[in-house]
Amino acid sequence: MADNTEAFRVEVKAWLDENFPKSLAGKAGEVMGHDKMDPKHTEAVEWAKRLGAKGWGTPTWPSEYGGGGLTQQEAGILNEEIDAAGAFNPLWRTTGMGITMVGPTILEYGTEEQKLRHIPRICRGEVFWSLGYSEPNAGSDLASLACKAEDKGDYWLVNGQKTWTSGADVSDWCGVLVRTDFDAPKRDGISFLMMDMHQPGIETRPIQLIGGASPFCETFLNDARAEKNEMLGELNAGWSVGKRLLQYERASQTGNNAGLGRSKQKSLKDLATEYVGLDDDGKLLDADLRSRLSTYMMESKSHQLTIERITAEARGNAKVSAAASILKNSASLVGQNRAELALEIMGHSGLGWEGEGYDEEELAAVRSWLSGKATSIYGGSFEIQNNIIAKNILGLPETAQRG
Amino acid sequence: MAALTEEQALIKDQASSWARDDAPVSKFREMRDSGNLNGFDKGTWESIASMGWAGIIVPEEFDGVEMGYLTFGVVLEELGRQLTASPLLASGLVAASALVLGGSPAQKKEWLPKVAEGAKILTLAVDEDHRHAPEKTALTAEKKGGTFVLNGRKVSVPEAGAADAIIVAARTSGAAGQQEGISLFLVDAKLAGIDLELLKAVDHRGYANVTFSNVEVPADALIGGLDQGASVLDATLDRARAGIAAEMLGTAGQSFDMTLEYLKTRVQFGNVIGSFQGLSHRASVLYTEMEKTRSCVEAALQAIDAGSNDVAQLCSLAKCKAGEFLYNMSNELIQIHGGIGMTDEFDAGLYLKRARTLEAMYGNRAYHRDRFATLAGF
Repeated sequence: MADNTEAFRVEVKAWLDENFPKSLAGKAGEVMGHDKMDPKHTEAVEWAKRLGAKGWGTPTWPSEYGGGGLTQQEAGILNEEIDAAGAFNPLWRTTGMGITMVGPTILEYGTEEQKLRHIPRICRGEVFWSLGYSEPNAGSDLASLACKAEDKGDYWLVNGQKTWTSGADVSDWCGVLVRTDFDAPKRDGISFLMMDMHQPGIETRPIQLIGGASPFCETFLNDARAEKNEMLGELNAGWSVGKRLLQYERASQTGNNAGLGRSKQKSLKDLATEYVGLDDDGKLLDADLRSRLSTYMMESKSHQLTIERITAEARGNAKVSAAASILKNSASLVGQNRAELALEIMGHSGLGWEGEGYDEEELAAVRSWLSGKATSIYGGSFEIQNNIIAKNILGLPETAQRG
Repeated sequence: MAALTEEQALIKDQASSWARDDAPVSKFREMRDSGNLNGFDKGTWESIASMGWAGIIVPEEFDGVEMGYLTFGVVLEELGRQLTASPLLASGLVAASALVLGGSPAQKKEWLPKVAEGAKILTLAVDEDHRHAPEKTALTAEKKGGTFVLNGRKVSVPEAGAADAIIVAARTSGAAGQQEGISLFLVDAKLAGIDLELLKAVDHRGYANVTFSNVEVPADALIGGLDQGASVLDATLDRARAGIAAEMLGTAGQSFDMTLEYLKTRVQFGNVIGSFQGLSHRASVLYTEMEKTRSCVEAALQAIDAGSNDVAQLCSLAKCKAGEFLYNMSNELIQIHGGIGMTDEFDAGLYLKRARTLEAMYGNRAYHRDRFATLAGF
């Protein structure tokens, strides 16, 4: 066993050595900062193509659909070696939600024909997927969604509006939750449609957020069409498909995305040492901050240890589960706390919006603090996760609001 | 739970059912009401000893079972659930650790088999003031011929009333506040000059203030090197912290289970109160904290077993996180139970009282936050 893993590691190293352009080492942030990879960045485009052709952008997916066909353990080795080489997996970005959510859900619910149609294109990094879930009047109460799909014989006719659609403006395909039965109880009249975004019936409008970026869109569907064979799961059974997909989303938001490339973010300790300073005993000059920083580091460590423990308990096969809600809430709290502390540590310098007088790192800290507020809202808010924990893990009765 | 070996899983089941059936909270309550100043029931301790738990970390050559700290933690967690009172932690884990880590071959040979079988009770005496601060050890041990003479006072020493011997942290050189100059002595508790003041603490467990007045101990009572006791003491205290954190996880876990049960059965406004988000969300947050606490506690115990180089950080993390969770959980236990939680007849108060003494032992949260920061280099 140990010999096999060692042999595999050697194979991975050799492949990376031959295929990963050294000039891209450590440049994950630069290359993957954009939703779509800059087509002029020919080296990065070529690297993504090679990784996709090898199937190693989706290492554990079945090889018959273009995945790497690796075991969890081998995938772990691959991620370690990718990190060690300063490499990264650009497909995480260039496929939008393809790798983290849509792919696993198609693999679980899709027909053979749907798998063959969609999975290889995700593996090769050719399609960017977005998701049409929320609507202006269906946020936390997602099941009340109203976007309508009508059976027109040889296609579905879709009308309605979606919002908070991440990357809709650059996406090629979108997984859309639609209402196919208005008479059934609200969760029983929902279906999951896979829609081609390149059609006249779909318009997108980016929403500018408090951090200045526009990662989300409003998406308008006016007489848009979906092919009949693009329904994922049964008619009116889309709620369970959609919920399953959200579990994959939570699992991807737990701070355990190996292979994304190491961030070069300075540690809070280094920031504090630089901005606040240490006394002669080597202690941070601000005693109150020191205590809170220590608490933060412990929280962060306990979060990491929890990911490791849950993974180990699942014997390396951490299926998405209710534990994802725990990790999602923990991850958003830890991340937001980190961002707040970074700002506090930087003081006046941590309050810049743009321009001279602030360095790049300071400006990035502010933007990241702002955008990070979304982590406890999207993918099921902090409160919705607590509902899920209460119901699914603790067995407490559903809360008063029906849904 | 960590992925346990089959043997560990068996011990967990054994500890769980024994504590629930033979040493439940009601038994602790009986002991409390009897006015027993030792703070534990003799029969309970004999049962624990007969199951071999006092020898879990003792090497096989000294009649222990040498199953490691994670195994010990599994047992302590189950006992913590029922507030089972015994000198198991003080003697079988803390004192035994000091001997395993720093004892001479003769000391190990003489004491470890007795500790393992529960025939002798040992304890570690460190704190001298209101707060845990091992480096501030001021109790003196002066060399006089072939002996050392101890003078000073230790406070709130666990299980001191029942102890056959006390491992005393003493200053043999340097000044209070310095790591250098601390030495450990294994002191027969019956020696002349030792005065015990038995305490009636809020958790009704056994503690005593111990005064040493010209107590003469032989030179071979020294554990580890002269003036170099701090390293053994630190390592011992880290094991104590990980162990007590496991007990705290159990005490808090039981508090959580009691609260969850109440949320599912207590009806107000025509609904079980657990259906109200004001309460169910608190339960969800507490559950999340419990999961994170378990990760820290088990990581610390596993790090000790593996001999990792981050034992100190992980043990401070475990004690601090367990302290945080137990503090919140014990308060919520009372609050969510409402009036019933305030009655002595109900068990919540016993858990709350125990929670605070556990918090103070081997360093409270503030101590470990400070230590964690120092270890991290700020």
